[in-house]
Amino acid sequence: MTTHGAQPPTPAVTASYPELEAALKEALAGVPYTSEYILDELVVTLPPEHVLSACRVLKDHPRLAFDYLRCISGVDWVANLQVVYHLWSMSLRHKLVVKVNLPNDNPRVASVIPVWRGADWHEREAAELFGIVFEGHPDLKPLLLYEGFEGYPLRKSFAQGVKPGREAEAAEKPRKAVRPPAEKPPEKGEGAP
Amino acid sequence: MTTDARPQSTPQTIEMMVNMGPQHPSTHGVFRMVLQVDGERVTGMESVIGYLHRGTEKLAEGEMYRQVITLFDRLDYLANFNNEHTFVMVTEKLMGVKPPERAEFIRVILLELNRIASHLMYYAAFGADTGVFGTTFMYGFRERERIQAVFEAVSGARMMHNFMRVGGVKNDLPANFDAMMGDLMPVLERGVRECDDLLTTNEIFLERTQGIGVISAADAVNLGLSGPNLRACGVPYDVRRAEPYSIYDKLDFDVPVGARGDCFDRYLVRMEEMRQSLRILKQAMKGLPAGPVMATNVPKGLRPPKGEAFVCTENPRGEFGVYVISDGKDRPYRLKIRGPSFVNLMSLPTMMRNAYIADAVVILASIDIVLGDVDR
Amino acid sequence: MTLDTLLDIVLRLVALLLFITVTVLALTYLERKVLARIQQRVGPMRTGPLGLLQPIADALKLLVKEDLMPAKVDRLLFWMAPLVVFVPAFVIWVTIPFTRDLVVRNLDMGIFFIVAVSGLSSAGMVMAGLSSGNKYALLGAARAAAQLISYELPVVFAILAVVMIAGSLDLREIVLKQNVTPYIVVQPVGFLLFVMAGLAELGRTPFDIPSAESELMGGPMIEYSGMHWAMFFLAEYANTFALAALATLLYLGGWEGPVLPALLGPVGNVLWFLIKCYLVIMLIFWVRSAMPRLRVDQLLSLAWKGLLSLSFANLFLTAFYRYMGWPDVVMLVVSLALAAGALYVMARRRRATAAHPSVRLVTREELAR
Repeated sequence: MTTHGAQPPTPAVTASYPELEAALKEALAGVPYTSEYILDELVVTLPPEHVLSACRVLKDHPRLAFDYLRCISGVDWVANLQVVYHLWSMSLRHKLVVKVNLPNDNPRVASVIPVWRGADWHEREAAELFGIVFEGHPDLKPLLLYEGFEGYPLRKSFAQGVKPGREAEAAEKPRKAVRPPAEKPPEKGEGAP
Repeated sequence: MTTDARPQSTPQTIEMMVNMGPQHPSTHGVFRMVLQVDGERVTGMESVIGYLHRGTEKLAEGEMYRQVITLFDRLDYLANFNNEHTFVMVTEKLMGVKPPERAEFIRVILLELNRIASHLMYYAAFGADTGVFGTTFMYGFRERERIQAVFEAVSGARMMHNFMRVGGVKNDLPANFDAMMGDLMPVLERGVRECDDLLTTNEIFLERTQGIGVISAADAVNLGLSGPNLRACGVPYDVRRAEPYSIYDKLDFDVPVGARGDCFDRYLVRMEEMRQSLRILKQAMKGLPAGPVMATNVPKGLRPPKGEAFVCTENPRGEFGVYVISDGKDRPYRLKIRGPSFVNLMSLPTMMRNAYIADAVVILASIDIVLGDVDR
Repeated sequence: MTLDTLLDIVLRLVALLLFITVTVLALTYLERKVLARIQQRVGPMRTGPLGLLQPIADALKLLVKEDLMPAKVDRLLFWMAPLVVFVPAFVIWVTIPFTRDLVVRNLDMGIFFIVAVSGLSSAGMVMAGLSSGNKYALLGAARAAAQLISYELPVVFAILAVVMIAGSLDLREIVLKQNVTPYIVVQPVGFLLFVMAGLAELGRTPFDIPSAESELMGGPMIEYSGMHWAMFFLAEYANTFALAALATLLYLGGWEGPVLPALLGPVGNVLWFLIKCYLVIMLIFWVRSAMPRLRVDQLLSLAWKGLLSLSFANLFLTAFYRYMGWPDVVMLVVSLALAAGALYVMARRRRATAAHPSVRLVTREELAR
């Protein structure tokens, strides 16, 4: 995969939430955030030091009321790491995406467990797969990987199919294709897309 | 030994560590629970997962979109169609593809059949965990086998179907599908009724499940609990109604919601959901239109434009979410799977507060986890 | 004692041992078949025609299996525990009469002997758990001990009521006194109590916490394998048949019945005895297949709060009725009223659940609000 430093540009927008934007502007006053629409989601990008306080506001503000944390994902953009929070509000039925960009060399962000207890395992998973440190997390030990696993598997620098510590010998032998390339290209209509 | 003549007022007890799993007869997969036990009460617990971690998210980064569908079959292996559907929906959202009407109806029929099959499996395992020796297993599986026969006729496989495609489904239904479903529906209705009769009003079952494993609605929402577990607490959140997808907003069905958030309510909600799924199936079969099963504007090589999308659907276990970031290539840049069982399992310590050891198994069974979803 | 009597006793004992072995093997087969049919399956079909050789295959397997003795066990207790559990199960059969004359040795205090000796097997369970050197076995044994001790009392009180009516501890006498009405008619509550408490004594579903503890941690028998384990297994089935036999003798009229004795003589009586026994056994298997299992604290609370009070009430009523000398029908009516009251109290939970269903259906309009 070629290195790809920049984040995707804004794609076609299919929805807009003016009340949500207004409530955000009011609630996150004082926080230097940027917001954009990607497809039908409103995406808010925050600096890492404001994450915990912003999340508290997102949950407690009456016109935001994001009481349900759907997911916390880590993303490796090679130039930086990113943590993505997907939020939903049970009472107001709207959704939000919060992104936080973290530097590669010391990716630290506050844990949002005080706001949503359901962040617990999501953060543990992101920590062990990406190496992101969630400060304030009570118990950041590995969740899915076995003890003694070295490396951060979901980073782009972690080559798939190569045991950690044996990258050098894997680089010498190129990976064989599982199936040799077909002699002729498939006919039109053959196989479903 | 103290030299004091007065005996101590309370005897000193030592807490014991009881390890359940990763292999145990309760068929929930390779999951390990370490309980700290004081006499009969559970004072603390820790879940250890990761025994089934296959690195799906990393694998998906090296596979083309069409190939990733097979990975999704194997996540929640009791609700294969639901998983495939979510991923296919994400890719369709990224590419701006809309499947034809007939494909949507076929998808919903298969999704709801899968929901019934999954809940029957839950019934089978739950009954076995409360102590009914094998009877609930056979009752639940008898109906499930019939549903899987339909799956085999439609997609060629009983479990790992690889049937949904971006833009529609792989092939049309077999010619005798109407007849098959016409035979199946009354049988399923009777089967669900029989399963209900066996357990629901049994005094011992009621004693084992009522008031056990209670979780409050506020705790549940905070922990991200979803699906029948959340609805049993009284929160009427069903993704099919909250963020309707496919043709669900055209279909008429109710959402069963419980009140107390205990094991019995979770059980009742699932039994009722089976009946609602039967209702949806009837409507879908009646309204099944003719037409193509595949959209025409889908290119051979799937290359979604740069962008990202997150789609949630209502899995039998809860809210199944897929987050795909595409960088314009034919393989996903990042694929994140929000497995409902993964998140539901976080609420296990809350439910196990003040439980007996014997309740631990029942509470775990009532959450209905599938390890493929938890570990991915 | 002359050689004749000695030979007589030995022959009877051998016959009894053979009978029990065959019955126990037959019961294992029957249980699997009956359970399978209730569960919509067929059960063993491959070993022999209709799977009839399955118990023999099971017995052979257990005989040739390696009999492990872990290093940390208390050797003497570990070795003795299965015997302490099995021997009483066999000994009580010595005084159980199959017909008036078909008994190894009838005692005038037959029922007293049976109750006393069968209590010894509880000690065997505890020995098994204590000697295993395994904390789970110990916990399982403690629970088994609690269960077995708690359910002794309702059994004994139910039996006492029957003894009071019959006026004798001799099993033969009790059956002979039932020639007009079997005691189940006079003591329906007593029969229910006897069967329920007896099931708990056996450690069968819904009271099978000791043996199904293996789903959670492991029962007192967790460290046993091979022939040692087979002894526990055989003891359980021998006890099951003994419970059915006692229920038949005490409540169902024993070996008396309408048509068969006239046709076949004493063989007809034996047949009636076996038929009644197997009816009770079918009931036991049926309950096993359809009921979930009680938790330990629920089990104990049922024994001490429910069954014990009921058995006291039954005993008191029986004593009162005997003292007043009323006809049997009064006892029947009062007993049925007591049974109805007990069932009403037990079914409270089910009625409460049905009256206030905790799950409601939320329609689309309600969700949109």
